[in-house]
Amino acid sequence: MDFLNSSVFFGTVLSLLAYFLGFYLKKLIKKNWFNPFLFAVILVIVILLIFKIPYKTFYNSSKYLDFLLTPATVCFAIPLYEKTHILKKNFKAIAIGILTGVITSLSCIWAAAKIFGFTHNEYVTMLPKSVTVAIGMDLSKSLGGYTGITVAVITITGITGSVLCPFLCKIFKIQSSVAKGVGIGSCSHILGTSEAYNLGETEGAVSSLSLVIAGILTVFAAMLFSNLH
Amino acid sequence: MKYIKQLSIILLVSLIGEALHYFIPLTIPAGVYGIIILYLLLYFKIIKLQDVKPTGEFLIDILPIILIPSAVSLLNYFELLKVKALGYILTAIVSTVIVMFAAGKITDIIILKELKNENKNKSGKKAKTQAKVKP
Repeated sequence: MDFLNSSVFFGTVLSLLAYFLGFYLKKLIKKNWFNPFLFAVILVIVILLIFKIPYKTFYNSSKYLDFLLTPATVCFAIPLYEKTHILKKNFKAIAIGILTGVITSLSCIWAAAKIFGFTHNEYVTMLPKSVTVAIGMDLSKSLGGYTGITVAVITITGITGSVLCPFLCKIFKIQSSVAKGVGIGSCSHILGTSEAYNLGETEGAVSSLSLVIAGILTVFAAMLFSNLH
Repeated sequence: MKYIKQLSIILLVSLIGEALHYFIPLTIPAGVYGIIILYLLLYFKIIKLQDVKPTGEFLIDILPIILIPSAVSLLNYFELLKVKALGYILTAIVSTVIVMFAAGKITDIIILKELKNENKNKSGKKAKTQAKVKP
């Protein structure tokens, strides 16, 4: 136990191995509802509970990974820049579509907060749920939410989106590739995007640019929405 | 040297983002300021894509690992989750469907309308292929 408390590698290595196992299982199972990230998070939690390792011990030896969060988030500018030509070509449709998605998402959370009687902290925890985890987690933190729950909810949203999106496109009769990409990117961020690439190159590219723009717009819109409940 | 240059640019942008987050009293995360700054630097060709891309791809690739430690803090909220987990999950699933409908349908309507106008103007064949439904 003393060793774990003093280790600076334990938490990082445990996270890496858990994710690696999840990634390996994903290859074996080949189902789109199986998410290696969520698997890794649950596995780490189970291991900490079984061996009665406090979260603090784990976090102290894995917090160095946090250092990389902002630099990695910054790099979302790269795929966005590479898709600038697609954005320019369909600017009006994409911009209005994403803005609608962002406002709808925040309104849904506001409605859910009224229905389920969320506290203010729970409400701001849920607000970033359609945003990619890197942005959503930081947003939840700065609004005063519970980051752990935010990450879980964002992941569940992403899995829901990636499983349902191909069907939803058919049911809602969404026809153009660009619209499919905007829908998938705004509702289920990075997890949906990999599924969007299965529908087609345009769907995937639009989805990956939509998730970044939706993230940025959500951050701004959440400033207004966070005061509503 | 290649990686030092790339890492320097990305960390410098992160630092500026951090400073903006600190000095501007808004709830905008440092990373979001950073995305906007790096995008503008690329867009106005102040830095070349190759000056950030390899390191950028590496960082985005390892993003899930970066997020695990914070995600595991979920275990601190078991008491809260016992009561509220169902509400959270239901909210997540239902709102995902609604957002998909709203964002996708609006975009679709605008694009189909634009195509119609284009076809009216020049009855071009090129535009039609873009809207073609993929099997």
